[in-house]
Amino acid sequence: MEPKSILKVSQLNKSFPGVKALSQVQLELREGEIMALLGGNGAGKSTLIKCITGVYTSDGGSISLSGQSIRGLSAEEIILKGISTVHQEVNLIPTLSVAENIYLGRQPYRFGLIDWAKMNTNAEELLSSMKVFIDVTATLNDYSIAVQQMIAIARGVDMSAKVLILDEPTASLDNKEVEQLFTLMRELKSRGIGIVFVTHFLDQVYDVCDQITVLRNGQFVASSSVDELPQIELINLMLGKQISNKNSSGKSRHTTDSNSKPFLSASNIGRKGMINPCDVNIYSGQTLGLGGLLGSGRTELAKLLFGIVKPEQGTIQIEGEVKAFGSPHDAIQEGLAFCPEDRKVEGIIGELSVLENMVLALQAKQGWFRMIGPKEQKEIGKKFVRSLNIVTSDINKPVKELSGGNQQKVILARWLASGPSLLILDEPTRGIDVGAKSEILQIIDGLCKQGMALMVISSELDEIVEFSDRVSVLKDHNMIAELTGKDISTQKLMETIAHEGRD
Amino acid sequence: MLTISDRKEKTIVLKEIMQSRLFWPIFVLLLLLAFNLINDPSFFAIEIKQGRLFGSVIDILNRAAPIALLALGMTLVIATGGIDLSVGAVIAISGAVCAYLIQNEIVTSTPLIILAGIGVALIAGLWNGILVSILGIQPIIATLILMVAGRGIAQLITGGQILTFDHVGFEFIGGGTLFGIPFSIVLVVLTYGVTFLVLRKTALGLFIASIGANPTASYFAGIREPQIKILVYMFSGLCAGLAGMILTSDIQGADANNAGLWSELDAILAVVVGGTALTGGRYYIGPTLIGVLILQTMTTTILTNGLPVQFTHIVKAAVVILVMLIMSPQFRGELNRLRTNKTKEII
Amino acid sequence: MKTRYLPLIATIIVFVSLYLWGALQFDNFFSMRVFTNLFTDNAFLVITAIGMTFVILSGGIDLSVGSMIACVGVSVAVLIEHYQFHPILAFTIVLISAWMFGTFMGILIERYKLPPFIVTLAGMFFLRGLSFVISIESIPITHPFYDEIADFSIPVIGGGNLTASTVIMLIVLIIAVFLAHYTRFGRNVYAVGGNESSARLLGVPVSRTIINTYAFNSFLAALSGIVFSFYTFSGYSLAAMGLELDAIASVVIGGTLLTGGVGFVVGTVFGVLIQGVIQTIISFDGTLNSWWTKIFIGLLLFVFIAMQRLISSGHILVYFKNMKGRVIGDTKADTTRY
Repeated sequence: MEPKSILKVSQLNKSFPGVKALSQVQLELREGEIMALLGGNGAGKSTLIKCITGVYTSDGGSISLSGQSIRGLSAEEIILKGISTVHQEVNLIPTLSVAENIYLGRQPYRFGLIDWAKMNTNAEELLSSMKVFIDVTATLNDYSIAVQQMIAIARGVDMSAKVLILDEPTASLDNKEVEQLFTLMRELKSRGIGIVFVTHFLDQVYDVCDQITVLRNGQFVASSSVDELPQIELINLMLGKQISNKNSSGKSRHTTDSNSKPFLSASNIGRKGMINPCDVNIYSGQTLGLGGLLGSGRTELAKLLFGIVKPEQGTIQIEGEVKAFGSPHDAIQEGLAFCPEDRKVEGIIGELSVLENMVLALQAKQGWFRMIGPKEQKEIGKKFVRSLNIVTSDINKPVKELSGGNQQKVILARWLASGPSLLILDEPTRGIDVGAKSEILQIIDGLCKQGMALMVISSELDEIVEFSDRVSVLKDHNMIAELTGKDISTQKLMETIAHEGRD
Repeated sequence: MLTISDRKEKTIVLKEIMQSRLFWPIFVLLLLLAFNLINDPSFFAIEIKQGRLFGSVIDILNRAAPIALLALGMTLVIATGGIDLSVGAVIAISGAVCAYLIQNEIVTSTPLIILAGIGVALIAGLWNGILVSILGIQPIIATLILMVAGRGIAQLITGGQILTFDHVGFEFIGGGTLFGIPFSIVLVVLTYGVTFLVLRKTALGLFIASIGANPTASYFAGIREPQIKILVYMFSGLCAGLAGMILTSDIQGADANNAGLWSELDAILAVVVGGTALTGGRYYIGPTLIGVLILQTMTTTILTNGLPVQFTHIVKAAVVILVMLIMSPQFRGELNRLRTNKTKEII
Repeated sequence: MKTRYLPLIATIIVFVSLYLWGALQFDNFFSMRVFTNLFTDNAFLVITAIGMTFVILSGGIDLSVGSMIACVGVSVAVLIEHYQFHPILAFTIVLISAWMFGTFMGILIERYKLPPFIVTLAGMFFLRGLSFVISIESIPITHPFYDEIADFSIPVIGGGNLTASTVIMLIVLIIAVFLAHYTRFGRNVYAVGGNESSARLLGVPVSRTIINTYAFNSFLAALSGIVFSFYTFSGYSLAAMGLELDAIASVVIGGTLLTGGVGFVVGTVFGVLIQGVIQTIISFDGTLNSWWTKIFIGLLLFVFIAMQRLISSGHILVYFKNMKGRVIGDTKADTTRY
């Protein structure tokens, strides 16, 4: 007999002012089934989860749990109905004990007082029934993220969860911890609990999941059983129809002759939980593309190179000299520049004006004492507003009032103004409209022609293929291949990502 | 047609004026001054006696001087997303050091005495800066340490007594006049002027606002936060040191127990009234100064109108809560909802 | 050993060593009388510091308690002496008013998201101002009820005495310990201070918890004011200046994390007692001056804050984490449970 469906979402719509985040999304989860929910950035995974868990109210469509509609209920009510969510950032209280975290708000009472002995015994029994053996009286913070997630799962399961949503739980776990988590997931599956599993690691999907649902740009793309969907096809679904083989775009790729010295050369650089040791060489006048899916370690690699996080091993050489970057400031002095992915948190300084945002990096390079004069500032502003075609009514208005694409250009201007020799761009076209996108791509191309060294990170394989001279492919925190010359095509890139498994 | 667009333009201009940072503080200050003028037509009168200016307005400025200095340093500290609770204690320390040096005739030259007062204040600021930016302790907690211990240190220096002294040179700071204007006012104007210039002519102002508004992005852009923060806390210490010397020189004595007591709170109030957000980011030096004047004028008004001095505390409390409520998005939201509900009912 | 007990143990060690040091230095120091006097002299501070512990545990701060003590003292004195209220009635009135005042501050903080620092600062100014308005002069309390209270004492072996203040303090302490550790309200306070947004997601009534915490603290501050009036037989508007700092220092030295979520009510009592012992030592010594208390407290504050910083930044925890991370999973499966 076909297992019973427990969670059913159909024709779900959700809009935010100016954006349609979800349109006509569907999903069906059966008892004892683990379903992978996949999709790139902006695919709508988080929005869908928030709609299911009652954080957002959807605009239309239906969500039902065991045949009962749960659309429009509050987040608290939905937890009580039996849907539990565990995020990568564990939503527990780090300073309380393990047992308290499991029973917070529903502690057992005895003679009008909390019965700690009973609470601790219950917690211990619950956790050991899930094969987690830890001291439940210890503070939550004493345990690793992996254990904390299992504790969060235990709380959910104990509150009679029928559906468990795991939102990127494995993003910061090592292989052994992932295996522990999978053991627990299989155990829960055997109890008939349905699990929605969000991850960026495709191999994990094939390890543990039964079903796959793919979203793209807020739309439902496909739903299939794991057995019937080979990895290459899955990547195809996630990235969209782009098997146009972009190799023939006419770009003449620079080849590095063995004599030329790289501008930046990193060897054996790595840090646990971010990226496993790998080598990177970036040449002036060339673009190195970093290909790979979200969460494969692309941004992490960039952060190590730029001195934001200190690498645990490996060395960085700039034009043949060994350098150690203690902070971005040091990297900037050596001519590096980095446009981060998270524009709002890491990029713009919203309260400050467009112009102030533009001159910030150059000013930081010069130090606080030598101020860039108002005249010079104005020239920088004028120059980049023109050359990058930044649309703003006033160069002195807060940058937060600009559109996403223009904010991105302001940050680009900030780094170009600092006169870098190497520019690292992390998802430069993310979340901006098509027009601005092609403009930014043109700018990048122009910079490369002027002799700047570039490293570009992008989820859009098309973009990578379009302007890379070499492509390094990352997967699951490993650098798995380097493509050059004719090998650079979307087809080849996808095949590489799909077929190179974990070691 | 023309008149309509004209009127529109006028309302836009009016709106812009009303939304300007300076509008509300100046408006309130003018209101207070107008009240005083009606009450006492000679309020603005200024006399010259023995080459020195006298009058209610001069009196307000003179009394406001120490807090004005504290508030200047506090504005910059708050702009970086911090707070400095220790300024009151630093006032006591720097006053005590100066008084000690004079009384025991260790140092007699005025510049050296001043240098010593400034020196200890800078050390105090450095201590705060190191705790905040290098040890990473929350500012409110880090500066609490010196707030508690600082007064003890000051008492240690004075031996628990009010150290009185006679020193013509040093007394000039709090009691002297320059072109008839009390020197403390001159000092405030100078400090504000120099600070304004430094913030304008170097990138310090930009970096301070940048760190307060978005520390992560500032770090990514290559701004060295520890350096800037230490500088800002040292500046706050310097301001407190100057304020301490004005107070000490004014009464010709150092009272470690009471000098600058609660003044950190007055300084924070002035910054808040001036519209700088406690969360950091954009800061406003001019409005802070106006905030100081509002608080001082309020106190003076209460005094001169025969109201008991004790009301100043209650009024200050009410003003702060009101200003904070007006700035609170939650409160504004509730007000708006009330307003729209009402209009709906009318329709 | 659990890392969360480290600061508490450190506090107790500091207290015991200070006390022993005093005992070695001075005759008569190691007596029950000195010990119980420590409680009598500091009962009011313990009571208000307990309230402060809850506020700090919840992630907030309250600067108004010193003014509250003064205001309560003046109000009680005026109600008893000028309006001939019975002390019990006067106490009831001020306690209820204080609860309402705390609720009001809590609402401003929680509902309108105003910084607790600023709201309670305004509360401090307001209450101090109110005390001045009620009376600038110190008002002696001459009601016979106060004499009865003063006469009350339970003798303890060794020449010690438990005064009414001490008894009230101990009752408050017991109630507070149970409230903090054995009720949902108490655990919710810890949860909110530990991580407010997570607490909300876990179904903790965050608003109610925060508002009640401030109300409870104002209530205890008022009770502290009453106990203080037993001690001074008067109400004076300038009383308890800067006491909020002593209370906060006691809480921190008692091992409570100023960022909230971690700490013990009992630790706070030791935090107060440490200050008390220092004062006692200074008074026994005779050559040391009172300002050494402040300097020493500042030093202790620094040491404890630095220690907390080290613990929370994980430098000390690394060892524990490495040990515990390995406990799970790969052990033999406990299959008997299914």
